[in-house]
Amino acid sequence: MRRRKSVLWLQSGGCGGCTMSMMCAETPGLIPILQSFGLDFVWHPSLSEESGAEVQTVLGDIVSGRQALDVLCFEGSALRGPNGTGRYHMLAGTGRPMIEWLREIAPLAKYVVAVGSCAAYGGITAAGNNPSDATGLQYDGRNPGGALGADFRSQSGLPVINIAGCPTHPNWVTETLMLLSEGAFAASDLDSLGRPRFYADHLVHHGCSRNEYYEYKASAEALSEIGCMMENLGCIGTQAHGDCNTRAWNGEGSCTRGGYPCINCTAPEFEEPGRVFTETPKIGGIPIGLPTDMPKAWFIALASLSKAATPTRVKRNAVSDYIVAPPSDRKTNLK
Amino acid sequence: MTEDTRRIIAGPFNRVEGDLEIRLDIAGGEVRSAYVNSPLFRGFEQILEGKDPRDALTIVPRICGICSISQSVAASRALAAAQGILPPPNGERAAAIVHAAENIADHLTHFHIFFMADFARAVYANEPWHSEVVEKFKAKGGTLVGEALNARSEFLHIMGILAGKWPHTLSLQPGGVTKAPDQRDRIRLLAIIRQFRAWAETSIFADTLEHVLEIDSVDALRAWHARDAGRGSLRLFLTISDALGLDRMGPGPGRFMSYGAYPVDGAPLFPAGVWENGVIAPLDTSLIVEDLASSWMLGQPAHPFEGRTWPDEAMADGYSWCKAPRLGGETAEVGAFARMLISGHPLAAQLLHAGAANVRARVVGRLFEIAATVVAMERWVSEIIPGETFIARGRMPESARATGLIEAARGSLGHWLVIEQGRIASYQIIAPTTWNFSPRDALGTPGPVEQALRGARVLPGETTPVSVQHIVRSFDPCMVCTVH
Repeated sequence: MRRRKSVLWLQSGGCGGCTMSMMCAETPGLIPILQSFGLDFVWHPSLSEESGAEVQTVLGDIVSGRQALDVLCFEGSALRGPNGTGRYHMLAGTGRPMIEWLREIAPLAKYVVAVGSCAAYGGITAAGNNPSDATGLQYDGRNPGGALGADFRSQSGLPVINIAGCPTHPNWVTETLMLLSEGAFAASDLDSLGRPRFYADHLVHHGCSRNEYYEYKASAEALSEIGCMMENLGCIGTQAHGDCNTRAWNGEGSCTRGGYPCINCTAPEFEEPGRVFTETPKIGGIPIGLPTDMPKAWFIALASLSKAATPTRVKRNAVSDYIVAPPSDRKTNLK
Repeated sequence: MTEDTRRIIAGPFNRVEGDLEIRLDIAGGEVRSAYVNSPLFRGFEQILEGKDPRDALTIVPRICGICSISQSVAASRALAAAQGILPPPNGERAAAIVHAAENIADHLTHFHIFFMADFARAVYANEPWHSEVVEKFKAKGGTLVGEALNARSEFLHIMGILAGKWPHTLSLQPGGVTKAPDQRDRIRLLAIIRQFRAWAETSIFADTLEHVLEIDSVDALRAWHARDAGRGSLRLFLTISDALGLDRMGPGPGRFMSYGAYPVDGAPLFPAGVWENGVIAPLDTSLIVEDLASSWMLGQPAHPFEGRTWPDEAMADGYSWCKAPRLGGETAEVGAFARMLISGHPLAAQLLHAGAANVRARVVGRLFEIAATVVAMERWVSEIIPGETFIARGRMPESARATGLIEAARGSLGHWLVIEQGRIASYQIIAPTTWNFSPRDALGTPGPVEQALRGARVLPGETTPVSVQHIVRSFDPCMVCTVH
């Protein structure tokens, strides 16, 4: 029988939403995944029985080496404030800043996983004036470094695995854990920002249900309208890394399907876009922030051409809350 | 300290949302006083200052991964008030459905994942019900743990249809929702809710929701329990409650508050009000003051329109990052049981013991609320009119003072927003667990859970007393919301 893999899950400067999302895993659900892949949560703040002194024993055993640690999952930012002390989060019952626990335990783990954009890059906790001096585990925003430092490597030799997302899709986390359990995860499986490529090599734009509107630049003008949200409503799904529209959320959802723009939550510094989240800044009527890998001149040329070619049906539907003009039934020669 | 007198620093608590530490002074085999520390500070109120008010809708849900929709609803309500708009009937219903889905999912998570697991502990190995609890509710392995997670996941498909995803949606806007469901979406929502009803009626209640809601007295509850004692999780809980005296354990302050939940057509499903000594008084939020005497916060006690959030970096005086909200100078307990009481359900007042809520009352209140809310959701879905609008448009004013007062799963959540020169000048948040888990105020009055822990039994040698865990978790605390 395969050796069971020990997983310690710690939460700090975040909202716990990545755990709440992970608990939505389906077919199989979270518990059967853990069981069938031999993943043993030696402690998870939402799922374990152990509380108080029992948890301190678990942590003590890991630090002393009595308990080998295969995976450390860290959810939420690491808090450095105030004034570098880390005292904005003292791990309860231990009298010690969580960031110290992180720095002590991370080097002992075979793999270190940053769950969510807060743990990966700082995330929403680092927004505004970053009151708690929040940082990611190995990135501070876009800059390598963070709580553990750019040179950090876990026992496996891998850098921190950044399952970025706000929140993370349940399967991004469970699939990473399953791959780690199978020993099937290598440095080449990470993209340039440390994200698992199995979801980060896709763009949110891929599979967007508004693709026809995008093709014709038939744009929604207000939230709830079903046209493309790139031109007016701040959507950056054409630049955002994630498979959100090819693997559904909560059954059949995604941000764009829910009627609101992609805010690029898998990226460092998404929390400070320098504009209103739901508004597209423009220069001379051209949206700032063109689709990834698209030369500007071509985008402008194609956009003006496709706008000119927009069918009336698409133009009308784009600014409606429902399909008001269904596609016509045309006899086709294609069999 | 003698053998009999000792102090415990209990933490980390798990199966609460976020981190929690409680200092317990123990003497004579019971807790003499408790000091609750919310040990995490992030500073969302500062983060929001200076932002475009619309950005609050992206930022505030991320305060909390379990009350995410509640935070969104509170912000959308405050922004709607600032703009002077109201959602159309469809928009109200869609928002209520999404919000109710989160609140029910939270109650479900609380009961099956967070709360019941403690009765599977070895300390209860000699109890006749222990083996059944182990089989069903043992952490990570109980049959109903997995079953409840599945039921929750499938129920949250409501979010996939109406809100894009959960947590952290942007679909809730001041004037309604961004997704206008069509006929197919509507019927699919109904299918999801009916599937959930069927599961709840089998697994939790072993009875119809309507029969459960007709239980109008403690005697009727006892008879309902006795008639079929072996079936359904609610009855199993009542068996445990009788064995351990949970109906007397963890008495709160005996004063209850609700901001009112799910307003549809001008009337909330659960009304607003303040309950004390059997009398329900109207809610007056101008009487709310956040006291800072025991908080690591600088400044003076203030109403949230005037209050600010300046953490004391020296952590000099106090023992928690949590402020201490008081209503007319007094503590208030909030949550599902408070809503049940204030809505006048006849069973609620009889669940009190010596005028105070207790572990049984809080848990029964939550499960009854699941029943009542599912029934309401079915009605709201049936009333949706596809083809009509789900959102009203407004203009953000240059200046405004507005509140968003709502009920999260755990109780009353308020956002106090001040807009000046088109930007957020101040944004103060008081979350449900800020009320329930507040530290002592300037008068030395303990917060509700600090009060509830007084007298909790401590067994010899216990390092994290199990009675303390029952009482703490009976409030279903959300520590990430508490300080924010």
